[in-house]
Amino acid sequence: MDTVLSWITQHEQMIYIVALMIFVGIEVIGRVPSVLHTPLMSGANAIHGVVIIGAIIVMGKAEPDNYVALVLGFLAVVLGTLNVVGGFVVTDRMLEMFKSKKKSQD
Amino acid sequence: MELSILTVCYLIGSLTFIIGLKMLSNPATARKGNLIAAAGMTIAIIGTIFLYEENEKKLGNYLWIFGGIIVGGVIGTLAAKKVKMTAMPEMVSLFNGMGGACAALISIVEFNHLYSAIEIPGYDQMPFGTLLIILLGLIIGSISFSGSIIAWGKLNGSVKDFSFNGQHIFNLVILAVVVVLAGLILGGEFGDPQLIFFSILGLSLLYGVFFVMPIGGADMPVVISLLNSFTGVAAACGGFLYDNKVMLTGGILVGAAGILLTVLMCKAMNRSLKNVLIGSFGGARTTGVVAKEQGHYKEISLSDTAVIMSYASKVMIVPGYGLAVAQAQHACHELEKILEGKGVNVKYAIHPVAGRMPGHMNVLLAEADVNYEKLQEMEQANEEFSTTDVVLVLGANDVVNPAAKSDPASPIYGMPILDVELAKNIIVNKRSMKPGYAGIENDLFFRPKTSMLFGDAKKVIQDLIAEIKNL
Repeated sequence: MDTVLSWITQHEQMIYIVALMIFVGIEVIGRVPSVLHTPLMSGANAIHGVVIIGAIIVMGKAEPDNYVALVLGFLAVVLGTLNVVGGFVVTDRMLEMFKSKKKSQD
Repeated sequence: MELSILTVCYLIGSLTFIIGLKMLSNPATARKGNLIAAAGMTIAIIGTIFLYEENEKKLGNYLWIFGGIIVGGVIGTLAAKKVKMTAMPEMVSLFNGMGGACAALISIVEFNHLYSAIEIPGYDQMPFGTLLIILLGLIIGSISFSGSIIAWGKLNGSVKDFSFNGQHIFNLVILAVVVVLAGLILGGEFGDPQLIFFSILGLSLLYGVFFVMPIGGADMPVVISLLNSFTGVAAACGGFLYDNKVMLTGGILVGAAGILLTVLMCKAMNRSLKNVLIGSFGGARTTGVVAKEQGHYKEISLSDTAVIMSYASKVMIVPGYGLAVAQAQHACHELEKILEGKGVNVKYAIHPVAGRMPGHMNVLLAEADVNYEKLQEMEQANEEFSTTDVVLVLGANDVVNPAAKSDPASPIYGMPILDVELAKNIIVNKRSMKPGYAGIENDLFFRPKTSMLFGDAKKVIQDLIAEIKNL
């Protein structure tokens, strides 16, 4: 019980962020038209690529002689970058089409 | 000073994620929203590389870091640029899996770190909170990884549906074992923590596979959206681990938005999330409604089709996955123009889940420069069918299946459909009489008002255009 309470106290700010972000996340996309479901999913997919920051930290902290950490960290950076870059580029490609269509409409 | 700059970087990152997501949910601002989020991400990443420090120590191994970013960046860009529009959903699933794997790898490294830091093997010395977060990141990340890979394989056809009796029980047992093992390691009792840790990894991967395996056909978009949300939560675990607010914001934001998006998609199909996950589709598709009595269908020739369509006053086109496979969107747009030239009013009726992902058809047709205003969503379209002369169904099947309304035994019973039967004529283009993606027979094809026009969607439309020109 004590450990749980002290953990909560320690991470007070983080827990507030979690609670608020849940509502923000739901609120922010609440009125999305079904046209945009796929690009939105893809965009959200790119945003959770933020996990790459964790990978960079792991990589940067690894001792130069700890090969397991180096290799796993390197793999994590590659995969994380794939998620971020691939995610944003695919989303942009989907949305590019929406835009070119908009132009011809104007 | 430098740390305060990093804090600002993270603040900018978090805000751009929220703003980006907000803008992504509006057609007019969507593209800008995506770019803003990408810019925020770049700032956060560069800030981390150069400014992050822990115990007054900067990050090292720059060569490895930049090497990884370059390798991932080049492959990611190429893959994303090369992928065909039809394969877009698979690509999203694949990238999602990469994110999950990344989160799981972070957990593995951090666990090794924690484990080697304890010299005397009293596991209760591992900080409870940190270990819990590491385990959560590991479990959710690996489920998301293996699940996404299976979803990717299913969408591109290399993985077949697979289920056995009692699979749900089997899945629950795996999950229960994972939870028990996690409890053991957290409690610091029994055996070798490293062994337990990697058993958890293995079982989580296995769970991901069996979780997606039985879920069939039309439900795949829902699953990808759900796994997307999982990866978000796994990323947020990293946020807790490093006390990193941008990871936490981004992760939870996507986690929450992903769940809502999943629910919205389920709603579009009028099914509950529980129903999707228990996977009644997978089970019912082999035994379901196949035994039903088939009637006779009638075929129509190209020239007849050309005549009917040219002299109609209103034509509705119902696109489906067949259109995407045949890459027929440009031909479709051409058909629309030539008919419009003859004074026919042409519109498209878009079912929310036509294709393999919600919005799939809109993206495809937008690629072919089809006017946004010609795309009718389901409710609008259903109001217009009664005044429509010809409905041309292009490679769509389940979304126009009347069994969804009339047959309670059908696996898609309850899903809202496009009421094409209200129109005067229905012409269905398919490659063959084979059932659609969900594996269900379609009575529509045997109705008196329906005629079948067999062939590849692109070729049929091109021939149709030629016929219409010759009239």
